[in-house]
Amino acid sequence: MHMADVLLSPAVGGTMWAASSSAIAYCSAKVRKELDERKVPLMGVLGAFLFAAQMINFSIPGTGSSGHLGGGLLLTILLGPHAAFLTIASVLIVQALFFADGGLLALGCNIFNLGFFPAFVAYPYIYKKIAGERPSQARITFAAVAAAVAGLLLGAFAVVLETVSSGITSLPFWTFVVLMQPIHLVIGIVEGFVTAAVVSFVYKARPEILQGPVETRPVAGHSLRNVLLAFLAAAVLTGGVVSWFASGDPDGLEWSIAKVTGKDELKGPEHGIHGMLAAMQEKIAFLPNYSFKIPAEAKSDGPGAEGGAKSKGEGSKLGTSLSGIVGGLITLVIVFLAGFLLKRRSRAA
Amino acid sequence: MASIEGTILDFRLLDQLATGGTSLHKIDARAKVLVALVFILSVVSFDRYALTALFPFFLYPAVVLALGNLPAGYFVKKVALFLPFALAVGMLNPLFDREVMVRLGPFDISGGWVSCASIVVRAILTISAALLLVGVTGFPEICRALERLGVPQAFAVQLLFLYRYIFVLTEEGARSSRARELRSFGGKGLGIGSYGSLVGHLLLRTWMRADRIHMSMLARGFTGEFHALQPSRFGGKELLYLLGWSALFIVLRLRNVSLLLGSLVTGAPQ
Repeated sequence: MHMADVLLSPAVGGTMWAASSSAIAYCSAKVRKELDERKVPLMGVLGAFLFAAQMINFSIPGTGSSGHLGGGLLLTILLGPHAAFLTIASVLIVQALFFADGGLLALGCNIFNLGFFPAFVAYPYIYKKIAGERPSQARITFAAVAAAVAGLLLGAFAVVLETVSSGITSLPFWTFVVLMQPIHLVIGIVEGFVTAAVVSFVYKARPEILQGPVETRPVAGHSLRNVLLAFLAAAVLTGGVVSWFASGDPDGLEWSIAKVTGKDELKGPEHGIHGMLAAMQEKIAFLPNYSFKIPAEAKSDGPGAEGGAKSKGEGSKLGTSLSGIVGGLITLVIVFLAGFLLKRRSRAA
Repeated sequence: MASIEGTILDFRLLDQLATGGTSLHKIDARAKVLVALVFILSVVSFDRYALTALFPFFLYPAVVLALGNLPAGYFVKKVALFLPFALAVGMLNPLFDREVMVRLGPFDISGGWVSCASIVVRAILTISAALLLVGVTGFPEICRALERLGVPQAFAVQLLFLYRYIFVLTEEGARSSRARELRSFGGKGLGIGSYGSLVGHLLLRTWMRADRIHMSMLARGFTGEFHALQPSRFGGKELLYLLGWSALFIVLRLRNVSLLLGSLVTGAPQ
């Protein structure tokens, strides 16, 4: 369920980065202040454990397929929300860098989707409430399944919101919701049962491990409020800053519309480099006026179909798209050659 | 992921690439982390139909691959593994966005196909930027860079710990998993029941290991930070690297160089 860079706009990615990094700062301060220093190596090693555990598969009864642990909820049960949030974040960073799961810009989203919901929503409000102080096997199972399902559904919903507000994919909101939620309901149920299996094993073997975080943890409502406030403040701040920049510099759609209508080209030739290039262009062009013909044709059959303004837009777009494709191919060749030459040089050196 | 051992091997290979001694490897990690971020931000900030404008950005991975003396085939393979995913995400676009955007002779290309291609190109660029950053810097250096860029120390130390024990624990997990597979017949014994106690045991061993690590660290006088032998410096070379690449990315973001080149050749107005 990792969110990917390709689906994100910088505004959404940046906002989530700010939100997640302020949560990391808050949790780091919390872990430093109130927990015993034994926790630091424990968190690191448990993060590595999560890696190992994610690689081990189990067969899912009745389906013939296999699954693996996600682990967000398990870590929270073992470590408490703050330490678990940091551990999940660090696992996600390693996954983004080494396995390209998600991506660097999407890290903020992924840390939020996979860390915040299990650690600060599903664990304190669902798992703890159901499991109670002295849990039985049945209670652990029920609590884990409910909490895992809630965490995953919330996370999946956040993925939908982040993707749709980025606007890179054309998928409509409700279609996406309908695609995502049922899958994550099933994943959540499986995750819940696996978490319950591991937790009840540990509870039988070393019950004191599970009592640790329960006793040293602060009151859930209080900590959640602080984290939420930090998230909110960071999100509002960056959202504001980013949108301010975005409106100053015509971006995305506005930019492409300006390109289609050719408005900013009117100013173009006055710039030094444009004038120079235009002069050079007349001499260099080895396919002169080739692309000009296509827009002319498009214009002639355009109005019948769609009307004046639009076909004019399409016409000039056609011209640019052809030169864009030709130029793109040339660029790729140049890039390839540059890499090749540099490589040879660095080998020779 | 075919086998756990294969994944670990792949992981190790990427880790070892970072030990190279090229001039690119020697640049302070902070500069490389920031350049990678600027690169990714510029690539994803294009609108959804941008395609040819993205092509000049391949210059960055190509130069890093070449100057860092990294095996191109290895990275191409690693990036290619993720293309099916990017394609699966992008394939939905042609279904929902059917308006014709480009007409090339007899072919009508809808906006959906253009944005699908754009998603694939973006995926290649962003994934390779992240992988190359690790290949040319190394994870411990990245952690130190993050710490010096203001990431809380507790978190940076936790990242280093995690990294240090990933290899140990994944190998242990791989051994247990193999042992369980060898003892199961016809898929029996691979269910949640045995998985729970297998992972539970792994967890308990991990827990005890953490206790031992903590005690030995205390015995060696650990105060919460790792010391590097050669503290690298953010000097003129780093500033040049950072500003040079950032300026290039910004120019490439604002001007479609492919289009400029193309119109130079075809003689079309830009």
